[in-house]
Amino acid sequence: MRATTATQVPNTAAKTTAFGRFVRHLGYVMTENPVTALAFGLFLIFVIAAIFGPWLSPHDPLATLSARALQPPSWDHWFGTDQLGRDVFSRVIVATRLDLMIAVTAVAMAFVVGSALGAIAGYFGGWWDRITGRLVDTIMAFPLFVLAMGIVAAAGNTIDNIVYATAIINLPFYARMARAEVNIRRNSGFVQAARLSGNGDWRILAFQLFPNVLPPMMVQISLNLGWAILNAAGLSFIGLGVRPPTPEWGIMVAEGANFIVSGEWWLALFPGLALMLAVFTFNLLGDGLRDLVDPLRRT
Amino acid sequence: MTVPLVDIRDLSVEFNTRRGTVSAVKRVSLQIAKGETVGIVGESGSGKSVTSYALMRILDRAGRIAGGSVVFGGVDVANADKRTLSELRGREMSMIFQNPRAALNPIRRVGQQIEDVLLEHGMAKHGNARDKAIKMLAAVRIADPEKRYSAYPFELSGGMCQRIVIAIALACRPQLLIADEPTTGLDVTTQKTVMELIVELARERDMATLFITHDLGLAATWCDRILVMENGEVVEAKPTRELFAAPSHPYTRRLLQATPHRDSRVCDLLPVDDPRRAVPSTAAPGKPLLEVKAVTKRFGGASSRPAVDALSFQIGEGESLGLVGESGCGKSTTSAMIMRLLDPDSGQILFRSDDIGTVTARRFASHPARRSLQMVFQDPTDSLNPRWSARRSIADPLYRLAASSRRAAERQVNELAERVGLSNHLLERFPHQLSGGQKARVGIARAVALSPSLLILDEPTAALDVSVQAVVLNLLVSLREQLGMSYLFISHDLNVVRLVCDRVMVMRAGQIVEQGPTASLLTHPSHDYTRTLLDAIPHPPASSRQPREAAT
Repeated sequence: MRATTATQVPNTAAKTTAFGRFVRHLGYVMTENPVTALAFGLFLIFVIAAIFGPWLSPHDPLATLSARALQPPSWDHWFGTDQLGRDVFSRVIVATRLDLMIAVTAVAMAFVVGSALGAIAGYFGGWWDRITGRLVDTIMAFPLFVLAMGIVAAAGNTIDNIVYATAIINLPFYARMARAEVNIRRNSGFVQAARLSGNGDWRILAFQLFPNVLPPMMVQISLNLGWAILNAAGLSFIGLGVRPPTPEWGIMVAEGANFIVSGEWWLALFPGLALMLAVFTFNLLGDGLRDLVDPLRRT
Repeated sequence: MTVPLVDIRDLSVEFNTRRGTVSAVKRVSLQIAKGETVGIVGESGSGKSVTSYALMRILDRAGRIAGGSVVFGGVDVANADKRTLSELRGREMSMIFQNPRAALNPIRRVGQQIEDVLLEHGMAKHGNARDKAIKMLAAVRIADPEKRYSAYPFELSGGMCQRIVIAIALACRPQLLIADEPTTGLDVTTQKTVMELIVELARERDMATLFITHDLGLAATWCDRILVMENGEVVEAKPTRELFAAPSHPYTRRLLQATPHRDSRVCDLLPVDDPRRAVPSTAAPGKPLLEVKAVTKRFGGASSRPAVDALSFQIGEGESLGLVGESGCGKSTTSAMIMRLLDPDSGQILFRSDDIGTVTARRFASHPARRSLQMVFQDPTDSLNPRWSARRSIADPLYRLAASSRRAAERQVNELAERVGLSNHLLERFPHQLSGGQKARVGIARAVALSPSLLILDEPTAALDVSVQAVVLNLLVSLREQLGMSYLFISHDLNVVRLVCDRVMVMRAGQIVEQGPTASLLTHPSHDYTRTLLDAIPHPPASSRQPREAAT
């Protein structure tokens, strides 16, 4: 018996459009939690860098010039230059698109396939549940990075295969989560009520249950995005997937690592920082995204 | 005059919320003497629980005592430090909560949980804790306490669990017991035994009891003095008999009126000038609409006890049939089978002479009879999709089963909302933005959207306050009149069944023990079980029967 607040909700909600309500809610989520606002801000920077990277970069990321090789950070080259004289700052910015694209595509695939498999397993149970359950267990039984390495090595050293490998190793998290979340709700009152309203199983799963599973999934998606970036960079670092001279954070760290001993620290540090910041942003973003899609947070 | 055990003066409690400070309790004063039983009665949000939490200083972090004094046995509770408080709690004052199962640790034996409190407060040593715990189990009338000592909470019934909770609360012989809705959610017969136990133990030990409830009848039966709370304020505080004989505050009168009595009619629950009052129907039931023939359902193997055992009954066109029974008697299983959410093991379910029991529950969504069979669920919160607005929930059956166009559905939803008394601006809200009564109305609007011929009402008012229940019951009676529906009204509350039903069936262990016209069955029950159920209902004193005259 808490103090009732439900009666004090203002009636203005009905008058504005859905988009207006969303914007207002976004504003509320941001102001309530400054960390969320910071995360959204950083995320925006990454998105801008990904979309407009080639135009924003001051130098051509692929232009080599041996005369200015291995220069430390300066006003002209903020992050210094590499062994071939390429501008590190430009390369870091241009690499954002590729890294984000790999991560987003892979996580999107893992989310769509994983949550569909999991939701069906959680709703219908039976043999489908057992098969997907064992499949997921099998994937989880491998050290995931090694599995990704194996997949890329076996399927061919391309960016597409990096995406598929990252998707496969992320899939079990979504499958398990969707299964658990659907399972606890499949006999709840609103599902029964939906049956009485003439909804078939698939419709109930898609329109009644699935939206309710989204908020916890959002946190997972966001954490996974960070992890997927790290994973893609890791694969490039060990020489799988993206190949030089394409700018990519993992390769840049890998190439720069050779020069740390000789004192040229900026080669590995700045792409490493970009990588860290991206992972950090996605980890922070999770709670904000959940609040955004969860109507219970709305007033 | 002696010093009272509990002395609360001008207590105010405030909560910090998203929308600023909300005062939940405003200048409440309350004294309890040793050995006295005092009841606080009020509806949800009235601040009755918060008052008791303040007394024990267990308000959650957002809440704080904003003013007034709370003195317990000479100790200033409002300003006491942590150590003094933990000495007081459990040893001097204890609390029992609404849901006994949630209050017990599910993975520890109940005997050990009693020992924990004894050891914590130095009332027992490791050597004799077990003996003392078993003695406590015996004190709360648990049969075979030696054996029950090692039971886990899930092995015990709800009533048994509440006894264990009482044993834990009383283990250290406190001077004050706070009982916050101790019997809500328990069956009426269990409720009676639990209340008898509390009162008896309190008398034995000369213990004061603060009893918090929404049920006036229950408070009237067991309390010496009653405080009525509304919106954080005490509106009336009187000895029980006086309160019922001459309620002076209009809110008390309204509450008394809304509580169903032995001989009130459904329209009596609302004031005479309330437009929502329904006229009870007198139409005779027509030919059979639904016939249930020897339906059996087991959960588990063929040797298990059937949940529903060769059940047969029928409901006529336009008839309202009550189904009464305690938890686990099979009434929910029965309704799920009739609604075709569950397949029976054997037997026939004839709807307009058509055996719908043969169509599996999974396929029934597209059956032509689907729209004629609808249901209002017990828990209005659980039965609405938290991510759907009220409008979308109500419109769903229209789209799915009536293939309404968008515009037609929109118009129909507006009409339905008006019919169930839901203002239009509430339709865009999500369930968590609606109150309990509003959610119940959304559920009813959804169920009657297709004008079904049979509506099952599964404890539609169990989760509602009495004043809201009064409105909803009247609504249901007038809807039935307007739409010519038949009702199967499932409830454990015989007083409510009496108001709404033409005929009543009493169910126990999957079988019908007795059925007949409401009036005669409830006044002259022939079966012992029915009599036990009737006897267990707490009634407000008879003198409160004419609050209507007092109000006008």
